[in-house]
Amino acid sequence: MNAAPTDAVRGAAPGPLFEYLLRIGDTGLVLAQRLGEWVGHAPAIEEDLGLANTALDLLGQARMLLSYAAEIEGRSRTEDDLAFLREESEYRNATLAEMPNGDFGDTIARQFLLDAYQVPLYERLAGSRDTRLAAIAAKALKESRYHLRYSSGWLVRLGDGTEESHARAQAALERLWPYTGELFDADETDRQALADGIAPDPAELHADWSARVDVVLTEATLARPPESRYRWYGKRGRHSEHFGHLLAELQFLQRSHPGARW
Amino acid sequence: MSDRALPTMRHAPESRVVRARSVLASVPDPEIPVLSVLDLGIVREIEELADGTLRIAISPTYTGCPATATIRADVAAALQGAGLAPLRIVDALSPPWTSDWISEQGRRKLREFGIAPPGKVAAEPAPILCPLCGSTDTERISEFGSTPCKALHRCRACREPFDRFKCI
Repeated sequence: MNAAPTDAVRGAAPGPLFEYLLRIGDTGLVLAQRLGEWVGHAPAIEEDLGLANTALDLLGQARMLLSYAAEIEGRSRTEDDLAFLREESEYRNATLAEMPNGDFGDTIARQFLLDAYQVPLYERLAGSRDTRLAAIAAKALKESRYHLRYSSGWLVRLGDGTEESHARAQAALERLWPYTGELFDADETDRQALADGIAPDPAELHADWSARVDVVLTEATLARPPESRYRWYGKRGRHSEHFGHLLAELQFLQRSHPGARW
Repeated sequence: MSDRALPTMRHAPESRVVRARSVLASVPDPEIPVLSVLDLGIVREIEELADGTLRIAISPTYTGCPATATIRADVAAALQGAGLAPLRIVDALSPPWTSDWISEQGRRKLREFGIAPPGKVAAEPAPILCPLCGSTDTERISEFGSTPCKALHRCRACREPFDRFKCI
């Protein structure tokens, strides 16, 4: 825990566990916010429920992770302070999670790529040396497996559906694929978390993710897009142009009415 | 959790724990009130600590379930009302809750209420019986339903839609 976090930016406390918890917690929080935008707009009531329920699970997971991060930080911040009162560059979510909803195909492709990442991630984190993170991961894993079943089922239906749905699903995959590189591109925080026995090896995670993704893409008759060399680094606080707009909605109430409670 | 380290009393604490258990048998789940919190299998431990505190460990069903906070408050209110304070209610996250922990009585109550109970995790996928007419000619409409713990199904025999408790 005494290695300097070279990629930490303004406002973050040192320590790979804190950084790592923010990365996975923020990814869930931001994806939940995106999915919540579908409520009342999904193509059918069943999908409205499906996306909202997935969002609720992700938010529950994020609450546990951010609460733990706040305790580790030791500056008397709470999960709510972290969720609602940080600046844009202090969020550590994967950029993929903040990509706009687009059409239903875009949302399902984004969900599938992230579900297929969270399942092998939580499988490994369930064996983390950090017992609290391990317990959270074991709990989250059951939910993430369920999410993956849902998003895989839809990706197969869209990909192996009509000409229109196939074309849209393929286009969505190609738009989003470049953002998946960040998930497995190890930096100082990832390496330190691995060395400390907190987190898995991103390379190993990539092999597992890749195999799972290929199985579903084949069934969906979709082509795996080529790798992109460009990298986004939401996990280091450098976000896409979409993120500020998302935060405006996420944070509006707490910024306008500080301390407001239900 | 420092409270885990405290030794439990060895002599005559039974009655308080037993009383707590019988009180909890009538605390309903806020979303599915035919089930008690005991039927649902979320009460993992009831013990009396050496300092006289009654410690109750509750395992959340789903991480984002909005009923979790209400359940804690309901459990605390019921036990206080029965004169069983002082209390400490803690989260039991590990091992994670599974629908296998729903009691046989709980499964029967669900069926009578019109919700298909979950199968055992190891036995999935199993035929799903319509809770209204008992037919196995059913289909899933949606993986998700009106609460985090349920999915939507439909019976092709009696044509009625129904909820099924998710099997996780």
